[in-house]
Amino acid sequence: MNGFFDLPSDLQHSYLGLVGLHLREALLPVLAGLLVALPIAQLCARFRWIYPPVLGLTTVLYSIPSLAFFVVLIDYFGQSETTVMIPLAVYSLVVLVPGIVDGVRSVPRETLAAAEAMGFGPLRRYLQVQLPIAAPAIIAGLRVAVVSSLSLVSVGMLIGNQGALGNMLYDANTYHRPALAVNSVLTTAVLGILADALLVLLRRLLTPWMPRKGATR
Amino acid sequence: MFGVLIRIDAVTKRYPDGTVAVDRLSLDIPDRAITVLVGPSGCGKTTTLRMINRMVEPTEGSILLDGADIRQQPVNSLRRSMGYVIQNAGLFQHRTILDNIATVPRLLGWSKPKARGRAAELMERVGLDTSLAKRYPYQLSGGQQQRVGVARALAADPPVLLMDEPFSAVDPVVRKGLQDELLRIQDELGKTIVFVTHDIDEAIKLGTMVAVLRTGGRLAQFAPPAELLSEPADTFVEDFLGADRGIRRLSFFPSDELPLQTGPLVRLDADAAQRTARSDAPYLLVTDADGRPLGWAEPDRPLDRERLLDHGRPFRPGADSLRTALDGAVLSPTGWAVAVDGDGRAVGVVSQQVIGEAIRAAHGRAGAGVKAAR
Repeated sequence: MNGFFDLPSDLQHSYLGLVGLHLREALLPVLAGLLVALPIAQLCARFRWIYPPVLGLTTVLYSIPSLAFFVVLIDYFGQSETTVMIPLAVYSLVVLVPGIVDGVRSVPRETLAAAEAMGFGPLRRYLQVQLPIAAPAIIAGLRVAVVSSLSLVSVGMLIGNQGALGNMLYDANTYHRPALAVNSVLTTAVLGILADALLVLLRRLLTPWMPRKGATR
Repeated sequence: MFGVLIRIDAVTKRYPDGTVAVDRLSLDIPDRAITVLVGPSGCGKTTTLRMINRMVEPTEGSILLDGADIRQQPVNSLRRSMGYVIQNAGLFQHRTILDNIATVPRLLGWSKPKARGRAAELMERVGLDTSLAKRYPYQLSGGQQQRVGVARALAADPPVLLMDEPFSAVDPVVRKGLQDELLRIQDELGKTIVFVTHDIDEAIKLGTMVAVLRTGGRLAQFAPPAELLSEPADTFVEDFLGADRGIRRLSFFPSDELPLQTGPLVRLDADAAQRTARSDAPYLLVTDADGRPLGWAEPDRPLDRERLLDHGRPFRPGADSLRTALDGAVLSPTGWAVAVDGDGRAVGVVSQQVIGEAIRAAHGRAGAGVKAAR
């Protein structure tokens, strides 16, 4: 009954159920953030003058506590997962936008000139040249965004058990079961490490063209 | 000799800040030949090149391709009909060598296998081992990358090739190899090539026609390289050609009419009588039993293979120019140049004085030729 993975019934989920919920609440916002960040970053790379204000705006948004977001969002979405996920998506922009901008800017001028001279239109050039070459920088941004999102989900426990693994922290307090807190923290950490490793693997698969350490000419 | 493929007609490029990059430039770029645009930085040579494939739009004037204004066709189809090679190659670092070369055929809608097959063909044509096909650009040397750049430009067999300082970033030995390779490929394919460089030697080596541009984007002279060297239009062109213009011009004079002397040739095993028979010559050129030159000896001393004077670099009459012959004579301690055949066997010797007379005669003929052509 009091095993490490036995959870109080008010959590309404098995251990694995919470893990699944946690992953969904953490990763969907990053995905949404990526979809928003891509066009924003493209605009920033194209019109250099909008980059500093955009960067400033994402930083200001990042500095707003999630509780403040919750206060506003609960009026619209109630005590729901959506209310938790919207601030997480906004936070992810602070690392994703600069990551993509740096990546797109890292494409050598000669490469872009060559693409233009060979008759690539702007869309084709973006999809077939700029994005693939920016992939390492984008994935570097995703790694930070995913890990930070995984740890931030827990704060959702404050609005009525919407914090997935974070809800265990609340129950640890209520039922005097510190093991629940340890479980929550360890599981979150393991998820973070696994997600990070998967992203590193993804980068390796996507970029066989990158020079590797110890590679020979 | 050549038809005109690209006509640049009174083209001016003025930027919004008032800078004039190209100033009322008119050039008739001949078909199936290499036209080099050369000049100091800021002379508008790259801008001119980029106006031909509309990466830069002229402010005034027009450019005709095969008689039709280049603005009449969609910009991307125009660009796909012109190969483009740039400094540092500009390869797609995320694509294999084969897929880099297959880029334009793929854009033109060829199937993947057909485009890759064509790419493999081109790797061989530009002297790349096909075992490199699956490699990525970072795994290649600068010279190899530049060859990939040339192959990529040729992939869809475009009639026009635009080359923007393609060989500037590689070391001199590799550069010479790439230049020779380009001339060889051009002999086979006969493209209309517009080649931009700041290196006058490269321009003279590669160009069928050379356009010298001056700062501010004005044309200083447009002429075949030999004429550029013999009759520079003004002091700007003269200065740009450099101090050894006269020597370089000798590259365009053949050496096959040099009168060769065979008297001073002796074999290493010749006896004293044979040697004294030839003693009217100040030096004897000693050869081995096959007739290959070993070095110079004085006629009244016994032959000693260890004590021969270095014979310098020999030249091949017909294949080499007067410049090579003169160089051989200048480098030889005796002042005589050695002529050899294709197998390296000595066929005669010629003195600096005789080469000098040949140069004067060639100058006389070339001067008359240039005047007659006008």
